[in-house]
Amino acid sequence: MKILFIGPASVRRRRLGAFAAVMMAALTLTCSRTTNEHPSAGPLTAAAPILNKYTQDNEDGLWTMPAKNYASTRFSGLSEINSENVKNLSLAWSFSTGVTRGHEAAPLVVNDTMFVVTPYPNILYALDLTNAGKLKWKYEPQPAAFSQGVACCDVVNRGAAYANGKIFYNTLDNYTVAVDASSGKELWKTLLGDINKGQTMTMAPLVVKNKVVVGNSGGEMGVRGWIAALDESNGKIAWQAYNTGPDADCLIGPNFKPFYPQDQGHDLGVTSWPPDAWKIGGGTVWGWISYDPELNLIYYGTANPGPWNPGQRPGDNKWTCGIFARNADTGEAVWFYQLTPHDQHDYDGVNEQILLDMPLNGSTRKVLIHPDRNGYVYVIDRTTGQTLSANPFVHVTTSSGVDLQTGKLLVNAEKNTDQVGKVIRDICPASPGAKDWQPSAFSPRTGLVYLPHNNLCQDAESVETGYIAGTPYVGMNVKMYAGPGGHRGVFTAWDPIAGRAVWKINESFPVWSGALATAGDVVFYGTMDGYFKGVDARNGQQLWQFKVGSGIIGQPMTYRGPNGKQYVAILSGVGGWAGAIVAGQLDPHDPTGALGFVNAVSDLPNYSTTGGMVYVFALP
Amino acid sequence: MALLPVALTVTSCKREERNFNTPPPNVSEAQTNPSFKNPLEENAYSLSEGKRLFSQYNCNGCHAQGGGGMGPALMDEKWIYGARPEQVFATIVEGRPNGMPSFRGRVQETQVWQLSAYVRSLSGHVPKDAASSRDDHMQGKPPESRTKEQPIKNTSPP
Repeated sequence: MKILFIGPASVRRRRLGAFAAVMMAALTLTCSRTTNEHPSAGPLTAAAPILNKYTQDNEDGLWTMPAKNYASTRFSGLSEINSENVKNLSLAWSFSTGVTRGHEAAPLVVNDTMFVVTPYPNILYALDLTNAGKLKWKYEPQPAAFSQGVACCDVVNRGAAYANGKIFYNTLDNYTVAVDASSGKELWKTLLGDINKGQTMTMAPLVVKNKVVVGNSGGEMGVRGWIAALDESNGKIAWQAYNTGPDADCLIGPNFKPFYPQDQGHDLGVTSWPPDAWKIGGGTVWGWISYDPELNLIYYGTANPGPWNPGQRPGDNKWTCGIFARNADTGEAVWFYQLTPHDQHDYDGVNEQILLDMPLNGSTRKVLIHPDRNGYVYVIDRTTGQTLSANPFVHVTTSSGVDLQTGKLLVNAEKNTDQVGKVIRDICPASPGAKDWQPSAFSPRTGLVYLPHNNLCQDAESVETGYIAGTPYVGMNVKMYAGPGGHRGVFTAWDPIAGRAVWKINESFPVWSGALATAGDVVFYGTMDGYFKGVDARNGQQLWQFKVGSGIIGQPMTYRGPNGKQYVAILSGVGGWAGAIVAGQLDPHDPTGALGFVNAVSDLPNYSTTGGMVYVFALP
Repeated sequence: MALLPVALTVTSCKREERNFNTPPPNVSEAQTNPSFKNPLEENAYSLSEGKRLFSQYNCNGCHAQGGGGMGPALMDEKWIYGARPEQVFATIVEGRPNGMPSFRGRVQETQVWQLSAYVRSLSGHVPKDAASSRDDHMQGKPPESRTKEQPIKNTSPP
């Protein structure tokens, strides 16, 4: 592991001064729906003077949604574990999930219970925090076994959400379920898709007011992407919006005002495709949703168009590979910005939106920070959809930048894969992107975004593919490999105002875990070779690590236990697209395995075996 | 030395035959006769067709070029639902419970036997002189004609 400091020390010091100004609404957006449920807990330890007061005082010590709050900061105001004492962090307890596929979820903590959802067969465990994680109950939805065969990239699940005494999550075979958080009893389940058409569900819901917002997966199977809001009391569909097709299906009406001309027009979800191709055109919603209560807007990214072979779908392929802002009550579209029109390389736009109020050019802007697979960290005005900045955070060969006047990605046509049979080399970033689903964190104390990401490039060749329902609709041969430097992963601290990296930690394998930022100025993440790490939020210096049983692709979280102590938790259990070689026992001799990922990680079986396990740490 | 090309040509004849009128193996015979062999496994054209169909029916979308992905690897020694030609045939036609879709009614019977032959060639279970020796796409693994015969181990799904 190597830490690289970027920029002179004087720049870093100036940045420190700016921190106080930076923070912002991120945390004001933290919904206070859940009241402090550990009244016995004492006051938090003294924090640095720049800590947002609201954040510190209102830290409930819980973790009720994977991103911690609506602004998706994955920042906790808990500071008992800090950069001084984290070196003493020790294992408090652990719990085996009994499942051996990729564990991408974040554990949730509500009151004295931890909730863990596993990959297929999507078991929900309730663990007693007053008794070292003893099993309280488990809920088994028993999803259809066949769903495993239409899940593109391992049979993962990215987590559950808690609200109003219920746990909500999605099963691989397309049910959204509501489970009573105290008894484990199923309250309702709603079927939303058809596995025989290649649909699955893997994302973590977001509960907004009285609605559970969910979306589908299956962009590699020729599905049609959608997002839907279900009534949290009974599971009835309140609204559903498709991401391809006629405006009416996409809930695009008179209030739809995209910022840039290329996203304006009638029925672009039809006219930017060859006839009928939008019906099997992808644009799924398998990533993250954020919510701004003041604007009453939800934000989410749409996935890749299908098939990957771009020659089979001339046009911009709206509304794939972009960001939608929608009215949370009605689903009505308010704006859309297409990050990657006519996607050439599977650059899904599903990554997280971190909602901040940020000083830019003398005024405070309501922005969203979106680190995209195409290689750029976008800063976008979240009221209008205007791109304010877009700076590369990895080596990029597929484009030369983003034109801030027109909002257009400046595509390097030499790397286009439109032509069938032509092998295009040195495509950077590779298809999993500069950063895939693995969510970043933001600390209001440092003003930095912590990005777990990849350093991968690839060779690719388009091949013709035909649509057969329930089978892959890809049409691309791919071989991935490490990008410049030879390391395959990076953990980057990013200054969103300056638009540049402050420090980087190179990792051998793609950093496929999420990030966690804390008021103790320790940032946590895990590696695919099985190390859970705590690093200094300010300079990236490694302060602590623990070797877990299987590689980490989960999302770290922290909470205040019933005894008042701070705990940090992570799921280990390698898998996902990056770890499919281990979870699926793939053959390392075929470089094109797992859509080309096997070539980049063919040595992973030497470092990790499978096995899902919750690890919980605390100070002695 | 001069006879060598002649000899090669003669011995290669059968390998290159395109017997369009040859009926495919009888399914019930294949499933009841323990010494059944799929004759298409000795024919280069059939194996080449199997390779083409493997992409055309999107088999490669899950199994890649044999290394696997959404579906299990086919080039290794592990067999979940049996390695015999008629078992591979049944897997394609019937589907299997952990995600292998049924291709019944979507693929002609002869083509299924060609696919079965190609799948077995991925782990070296067909004659080397009939197995495909080239790949018209981006080079992945070595061609089937250079694939060493793997042992057969029965296993459960990963």
